[in-house]
Amino acid sequence: MSADDLTPRRTGDVLHREVRAPSDESERGPGGERLQHAEAASKPIRADAPREPQPRGARVRGNRPIDQAEAAERFLAAPMHQKAHDERLWDVRRKRDVAAHGIPEWEELRELASRIKTHTLTHLDRYLEQFEAAAEANGVHVHWAEDGAAHNRIVLDILKRHGARSLVKSKSMLTEECGFRHFMAAHDIDVIETDLGERIQQLDEEEPSHVVMPAVHKTRLDVADVFARTLGTDPDNDDAHYLAESQRETTRPLILKADAGLTGCNFAIAETGTVVTCTNEGNADLSGNVPPLQIHSIGIEKLLPRVEHLGVFIRLLSRSALGSPITQYTSHFRKPRTGSEMHFVLVDNGRSERLAMEEFWTSLKCIRCGACMNTCPVYRRSGGLSYGATYSGPIGLIIDPTFDKRKYSTLPFSSTMNGSCTNVCPVKINIHEQIFAWRRVLAEEHRIPLLKQGMMKAAGAVLSRPAAYRAAIQTADSALRVLPRFAVYNPANTWGKKREMPHAPRQSFHAWYRQNRMKKETDA
Amino acid sequence: MRIGLFVPCYVDAFEPEVGIATLELLERFGLTVEYPYDQTCCGQPMTNTGCHGEAAATEALFVKNFSGFDYVVAPSGSCVHQVREHLTAIPQTDEVKAVRSKTYELVEFLHDVLRIEALPWAAFPHKVAYHSNCNALRGIGHARPTELNRPFFSKPLSLLKKVKGLEIVDLTRPDECCGFGGTFSVFEPAVSAKMGYDKVTDQARAGAAYVVSADSSCLMHQKGCAERLGVPLKYIHIAQVLNGAAA
Repeated sequence: MSADDLTPRRTGDVLHREVRAPSDESERGPGGERLQHAEAASKPIRADAPREPQPRGARVRGNRPIDQAEAAERFLAAPMHQKAHDERLWDVRRKRDVAAHGIPEWEELRELASRIKTHTLTHLDRYLEQFEAAAEANGVHVHWAEDGAAHNRIVLDILKRHGARSLVKSKSMLTEECGFRHFMAAHDIDVIETDLGERIQQLDEEEPSHVVMPAVHKTRLDVADVFARTLGTDPDNDDAHYLAESQRETTRPLILKADAGLTGCNFAIAETGTVVTCTNEGNADLSGNVPPLQIHSIGIEKLLPRVEHLGVFIRLLSRSALGSPITQYTSHFRKPRTGSEMHFVLVDNGRSERLAMEEFWTSLKCIRCGACMNTCPVYRRSGGLSYGATYSGPIGLIIDPTFDKRKYSTLPFSSTMNGSCTNVCPVKINIHEQIFAWRRVLAEEHRIPLLKQGMMKAAGAVLSRPAAYRAAIQTADSALRVLPRFAVYNPANTWGKKREMPHAPRQSFHAWYRQNRMKKETDA
Repeated sequence: MRIGLFVPCYVDAFEPEVGIATLELLERFGLTVEYPYDQTCCGQPMTNTGCHGEAAATEALFVKNFSGFDYVVAPSGSCVHQVREHLTAIPQTDEVKAVRSKTYELVEFLHDVLRIEALPWAAFPHKVAYHSNCNALRGIGHARPTELNRPFFSKPLSLLKKVKGLEIVDLTRPDECCGFGGTFSVFEPAVSAKMGYDKVTDQARAGAAYVVSADSSCLMHQKGCAERLGVPLKYIHIAQVLNGAAA
């Protein structure tokens, strides 16, 4: 045993010394390559750059409408964060294009995936029963949860029966929907996130801001701060590999001694009763395979009829999400290991209700790749936490109001409806058209601000009466009242705050036409 | 062939020269173009905000004005998209359906219907960044958006190629939205303006002297952003360039 081995480990030491960076430079050129996985890639920020506090998300007050615009403005007021967020996600979008364009049959794959989902969702009862029967035949205990609260109760009961006190969890947006972590904390169960991004968010007491990259809104400096505070790492070392390794070292022992493991589910195969999870860190395998008690939380929309259908989705998922051909791990869980117990919790939590919504049911096709978020210019400049909901970005704009029409009534307006989200969606959900449809539903139910509705009423009145319209736009200045800023009522000129006003032309087209063409007609 | 000219409210109020260029350009091809004098707007501001009921009267007026033409042509992809896809607040009579299906955006009318081969009067010896309006690009199919794995095509670029001396520069994010987004620019001004600033910065970085687009609303927003940033870019509608504007 060398003297080195006896030296107590200092803050900043890591198990695998080869990953220790001599400087803050993580990226290396050809030759001395480090892993440049899309999900892991992180550009260093200049060492001399002043520290910028991480902007926090939307202020959530009960079910009062979320003010996404306000939270987005605060995110924009942190330019280092905003720039890193935008550039990183744009880079992922670019990688997605390269991956998608590398497959000649890409558009056919999307169409096929969409049809498989249409078929499955329109025969969901049949496939769920088939899945349950197959799983039970495999020796799995199957539970049905009507909502998030039922899911949490079922899991708690299972844990209690086994006297389990700690649970390692691999990322699952469904459990975020259910408020699982907070519920378990209240029942003295230790829930430990094993996904790196999710762990960062847990330690910082924040929700995930993205369905694939939960901490994408944080810079490495932010993570260094969180880990220094919670894991005792070196606050001045923001090397991505050092930070990731520190997380791994502190989480692995917790996985090894956990009483139970819980994972989400990317796909559930009705034919075989199998749950499939896709991860880049292998944490779902650890959570599923190491502890003696294994639980999988499954949204009922995750069903696929047969294993052969899975290939279509596996080809689409990671390419859409990160631009990588496949995730590092695609794990199939089918039967309990000898001496262990395996449970599936099938969760509805509003999905049946959504399935009945004529204009919005196809949102259940979503496979949570996050491609719509990466391409969304509003999301990239707002940060995912600005949406104040489990699901952010374009898909969130259409799913969230199905959970709570009042709380998420403003979200469908946080979009320019440019349609890029629809084009990147691997299962061809017409996302921007559903955003458009939600606006109508919300306006009809008087869930948009009275001021806005009043302005539209006024605009409609002017624009449907030629004489009134012509009087209103006589000059460009007065036209501004009717056209870009309907808000004459609003003393703050929202257009002019950040943009110059249009210059006033000498005359409108109408006036020009009357002078130059109608006169001619009369003359002739 | 009876052509009805639709000059959207933005163009009417802020960019009358775009309406004039559209009229003159169509006339250069020997077409008789009529301008229904009582026209106002396509109803998009209300519809976009979800207020379909408030758009109904405006939509009815649009149909009344443009009924009976063989084609309705407008220099705005956004408004044409509204008419074609979203003019649904009024009962869909045969008359309404006919007007909706005959409404064309100027670029697609020149490209798909007139199939023009040359623009002998047009010269624009400048470096130009082309801005794709999202509704024109993805809504009415002006070009292949970068997201789709389909063969490349671009109707506006194929027209601009016929303009003498015009040179197209490449943007880093060629078809990212500029942030105008109709009422989005009013109700979410911070994100809207930031998107505009980023767009303008990309255009300047690409070495453009001019930005050309088929939509005045995007141009107005971007121009406002460029002026605020002090970026010396000039913004001009494609109708003016194709009509032989000397810059």
